Amino acid sequence: MAAHPVVVAGAGQAGFDTACALRSRGFQGRITLVGDEPPGPCHRPPLSKGYLTGSVTADEVLLRPASFFAEQDIELLTGDRVASVDRDRHTVLLESGLRLPYGSLVLATGCRPRTLPVPGASLTGVLSLRGLADAEDLRLRLTGPPRQLVVVGAGFIGLEVAATARGLGHEVTVVEAQPRALARALTPVMSDRLVAEHRAQGVRLLLGREVAALHGDGGGRVHVVELDGGERIAADLVVVGIGVLPNTAPALSAGLLVGDGVVVDERLRTEDPDIYALGDCARFPGPQAGRHIRLESVQNASDQARCVAAAICGEPYAYTSVPWFWSEQYALRLQIAGLTAGHDTTVTVGDPEGGRFSVFCFRDGRLTGVESVNRPADHGIARRLLTAGTDLTPATVRQPGFDLKKLPRTAPRSAAAAGGRQSVPA
Amino acid sequence: MAKITYKHPNGTVTVVDVRAPGTVMRGAKLNNIDGIEAQCGGSAQCGTCHVYVDEANTLPLPAMDSVEDDVLYGTACERNEFSRLSCQLPISEELDGLLVHLPEAQS
Repeated sequence: MAAHPVVVAGAGQAGFDTACALRSRGFQGRITLVGDEPPGPCHRPPLSKGYLTGSVTADEVLLRPASFFAEQDIELLTGDRVASVDRDRHTVLLESGLRLPYGSLVLATGCRPRTLPVPGASLTGVLSLRGLADAEDLRLRLTGPPRQLVVVGAGFIGLEVAATARGLGHEVTVVEAQPRALARALTPVMSDRLVAEHRAQGVRLLLGREVAALHGDGGGRVHVVELDGGERIAADLVVVGIGVLPNTAPALSAGLLVGDGVVVDERLRTEDPDIYALGDCARFPGPQAGRHIRLESVQNASDQARCVAAAICGEPYAYTSVPWFWSEQYALRLQIAGLTAGHDTTVTVGDPEGGRFSVFCFRDGRLTGVESVNRPADHGIARRLLTAGTDLTPATVRQPGFDLKKLPRTAPRSAAAAGGRQSVPA
Repeated sequence: MAKITYKHPNGTVTVVDVRAPGTVMRGAKLNNIDGIEAQCGGSAQCGTCHVYVDEANTLPLPAMDSVEDDVLYGTACERNEFSRLSCQLPISEELDGLLVHLPEAQS
């Protein structure tokens, strides 16, 4: 068992899970987890939902209490980050000035929110949402009398914040530049249903509109959002959710290949065999997509963490996990299995209006993904089918009374997963 | 506080004291027990905290709701009549001595 020191740059889900997976595999060496968010690793999904309403507390958002790190002999450095990497000397330099030696370096540096490229974007009351501190700032502003909130961007973060704020009684406008919501991530059927729900809940949701400028009240606080065409919307709070940018500075300092993420191979290794990258910041060969992709999700971070830990322990395998995602907006529990972009056929099963349905997506007659609302069995079975491989056709799904629960269970996913995880040659 | 026993497919067991408020899932995560993933963090979304409650169990478990039942259709290892999502098993004194079996795989 290898015992050289491992430095993990980034203490989000990907970095944290890597450290844990190393220990549960019996890795004996020193593990240092370097993160810039003071409280330590967080479960981020509630930050745009339950944390804002108070139904999920800060303690519950923390992935583990401080005592866990001592028990597992994981050295957690918070409030710091990796500034640069010296590949020849096998050391990293932290922003604090500390220099750490590594045998393996894991880049789990995550992403940062894009900022709005318009005048007024730095006014007080204009927020983005990524970490616990951002969520706490937003939570405090959403606690109290009704506000006039403008959300810029109808992606997952924007729509979840809109739904949560609406639930708290605030006046909410969403401005999206694309002609539909979540255009990159969802089928038109699903994005239309989400938009209809937001409107039914009283959100003013504007599609195909861009923000031209933000104006202050004279005291430096945001007051008005001006759209293209000149429309002015009163706002005392603006949340910007227009996507994220991967944090690639350490990789660039090391001279590694970067292009919308740190480029890695199927074992999540960069071109330097001692440096790995994973999670939101990594651009990896996606077997389902057939090209290099970068995914932002808990599943991707968590599954890739196990893959990297295995490689560091000398038992590498190719990363092949089927991606999945989830979101909650009002009473709609949305789950996505696989990648639905690039589909040529969709079949909708269930009752979209009633808020319980699934959209099956096919490309060239093959199932590529399933989007479900309040049909968790469809989601789980779809994940299993996509992992094992399936000959499910659009014609079958279109048959009256079709129900995935009634399909005979094919090869267990565990066996299929093991088959897809054979070691790859060095 | 309840003593929970997690039995791995290879027969090894891990016994831990889990405090309330918490769940059988959280108890495994706090002790870094391999074999429970819980990627969704305990919101009954992902089915990666699947356990088989011991067949001889007589401790009172909360009834399964329809969401948990649906999620169990998607588990990596086949569900049976003893299957539960461990995130849906809150810790109480009444669960002291619970034995759960971990499946071969969670994803």
